[in-house]
Amino acid sequence: MAEIKGLKRVPVREQDPKVRAANFDEVCLGYNEEEALEEAGRCLHCKNPKCVQGCPVSINIPEFIAALKQKDYDKAYDVISESSSLPAVCGRVCPQETQCEGQCIRGIKGDAVSIGKLERFVADWAKENDRHMKCYRGRSGHKVAVIGSGPSGLTCAGDLAKQGYDVTIFEALHKAGGVLVYGIPEFRLPKDKIVAKEVENVQCLGVKIETNVIIGRSVTIEDLLTQEGFDAVYIGSGAGLPMFMNIPGEQAKGVFSANEFLTRNNLMKAYRDDFDTPIICGKKVVVVGGGNVAMDAARTALRLGAEVHVVYRRSEAELPARKEEVHHAKEEGIQFDLLTNPVEILTDDQDNVTGMKVIRMELGEPDASGRRRPVPVEGSEFEIACDTVIMALGTRPNPLISSTTEGLETNRKKCIVADEAGATSLPGVFAGGDAVTGAATVILAMGAGKQAAKSIDEYIRKKYAE
Amino acid sequence: MYRILEARNLAGPNYEMLVEAPRVAARCLPGQFVIVKVGEEGERIPLTITDYDREKGIIELVYQPIGVSTGKLSRLQAGDVITDFVGPLGQPSDLTGTPIEELKKKKIVFVAGGVGTAPVYCQAKWLHEHGVQSDVIIGAKTKDLVMLEDKMKKVANVFVTTDDGSYGRKGMVTKCLEDLIAEGHVYDHCVCIGPMIMMKFTCLTTKKYGIHTVVSMNPIMVDGTGMCGACRLIVGGEVRFACVDGPEFDGHLVDFDLAMKRQTLYRTKEGETFLAWKEGKTHSGGCGQCGGDK
Repeated sequence: MAEIKGLKRVPVREQDPKVRAANFDEVCLGYNEEEALEEAGRCLHCKNPKCVQGCPVSINIPEFIAALKQKDYDKAYDVISESSSLPAVCGRVCPQETQCEGQCIRGIKGDAVSIGKLERFVADWAKENDRHMKCYRGRSGHKVAVIGSGPSGLTCAGDLAKQGYDVTIFEALHKAGGVLVYGIPEFRLPKDKIVAKEVENVQCLGVKIETNVIIGRSVTIEDLLTQEGFDAVYIGSGAGLPMFMNIPGEQAKGVFSANEFLTRNNLMKAYRDDFDTPIICGKKVVVVGGGNVAMDAARTALRLGAEVHVVYRRSEAELPARKEEVHHAKEEGIQFDLLTNPVEILTDDQDNVTGMKVIRMELGEPDASGRRRPVPVEGSEFEIACDTVIMALGTRPNPLISSTTEGLETNRKKCIVADEAGATSLPGVFAGGDAVTGAATVILAMGAGKQAAKSIDEYIRKKYAE
Repeated sequence: MYRILEARNLAGPNYEMLVEAPRVAARCLPGQFVIVKVGEEGERIPLTITDYDREKGIIELVYQPIGVSTGKLSRLQAGDVITDFVGPLGQPSDLTGTPIEELKKKKIVFVAGGVGTAPVYCQAKWLHEHGVQSDVIIGAKTKDLVMLEDKMKKVANVFVTTDDGSYGRKGMVTKCLEDLIAEGHVYDHCVCIGPMIMMKFTCLTTKKYGIHTVVSMNPIMVDGTGMCGACRLIVGGEVRFACVDGPEFDGHLVDFDLAMKRQTLYRTKEGETFLAWKEGKTHSGGCGQCGGDK
């Protein structure tokens, strides 16, 4: 009996789908102490822990779970924060199923250990008990500039500050956090309770954050290195430029990029009456795309009172979103129109959206990404009535920095070219995260920030050893 | 926080404000804009730069309060602070990237409408400082709304026109422009800044005369850094973002009709909020437009 019980993970408590569909409070409530201890008990403490290999920042997972089992939460937090500057964020938004949990031995027969939820438990415990990260070295006095206060920048800045560097983060928007603030909604990642606290945590390490500074416009990288006395620069400016489909009707009133829709709602808090920024969300919304951003936009529109359809050109198996997001979206009543692709957005004479003409798709031969290529089924067009369309087709890096930094090499997708160590074509200038890879995940961006912090430390030591 | 050094009411409904923003003042050029946000709950408001003082680190803005956010801004006094102030955003005016000798050969006319007179001043002043002459047409509905005339006269040849003829010439800016051409003025470069409808008709006029025309677009924006795509326009058949590709574009290539339709998107909602802010919740529908009575 005990054996069979051990196959299943301890279920996590969530807000009831019917209730949460009408509020912006966090969906997942996380483990309490008892649940966390029970789940921690499922870890086998493998000699050769595959989960650590699956983690882009190589958190010593068996060790933190072992400390958790001993109820030594202080130690568990220290183990995690040795590798991660944003544990409360990662515990919530990482695609664990393809990373640590995807490698877990427990997962071969039964459920993988719920590593993400355990990480979240430890991080939340640390917040409630006012625990902060440790600094490891005295001040070195050398200055490093970090561009962007998203996951990559915060990680890089945090790691460098721990090493004693004098770090300043420059943020273009009025609030620090990058995609954690403007992109991921409140119901998935609470802003005041979690993101602001993680940012404060990094500030406690001595990192300064200057908001409202657009690198490339307010000041250039060259100025930072020459006039403002920074020894090195890390570009973690993300991929913020939205893509559109270039189909007829896309400029109509009621067509938004997911970036606009989410920024209005998350950063500008348009869903709250006490904030001034408006948001228009009709009665029937079609979200185009199948990634996490599409799920976020769809579930936001639902909470604003709309009936929501997700239109995606491949099948369910290819949905790039985290499984949990798709599962939550379905529970909340979002309808998935799979193997369907928009052809045209229909409008009235005032250019308001009235519907969308779509075409059925079928999966053909695998394409360059290894996924089966969707091909249109001829003559299968039909119309979906809607008054709002949200395009969640992915994003590209903003060319503001690359176009104003002479000698900074970019590729044809406008991504900054950086090697594995994070070094760019310019000495002293490092880059990582979505600005280099194009839109990816929070944790990959953090991994790149971490790597770059190491490289910057080596670069500066070498520079001053000479 | 960004300190307001001076704030005053200009002609009619327009306001002028001097703000301490050293980073912006150090690098901005005519044609660029800033984004201003008042309070934690405020909107991000894009405003084109009217003037700047690099040494003192000061930016001057002129704006017309039209909603809650600009209304809140207009209630701030000297000594108050603006929560957020970011820039310079957008591309500088093409004029600033043109060799001075070439500019001196050009015959430049600015067509300014309403509050658009302010960003025109920035460009005319820059030209004047670089020894380049220009003509400026200032258009306004009526005498009380003519702004910055005295300042403008110090940097350019100014022609004022009012719709009702209460001051200067009578008629719209397009009539004034055509009259000037008829009177023998020759132009080969026009910069037009004002309400979209005015820019549209100015472009139709200049096209007739084959005058290259640049307009400064002011569509709905959120972040102003290329992130949201709210400000997208069709220019020469292609999608362009006013915030990063503009705000200035070749006026003869801009799809104004589309831009004007897109601008009405939040109108009802903004109007309702503005009324509620100004007068309390007095608006209870009945206008038949806003759906408030349904």
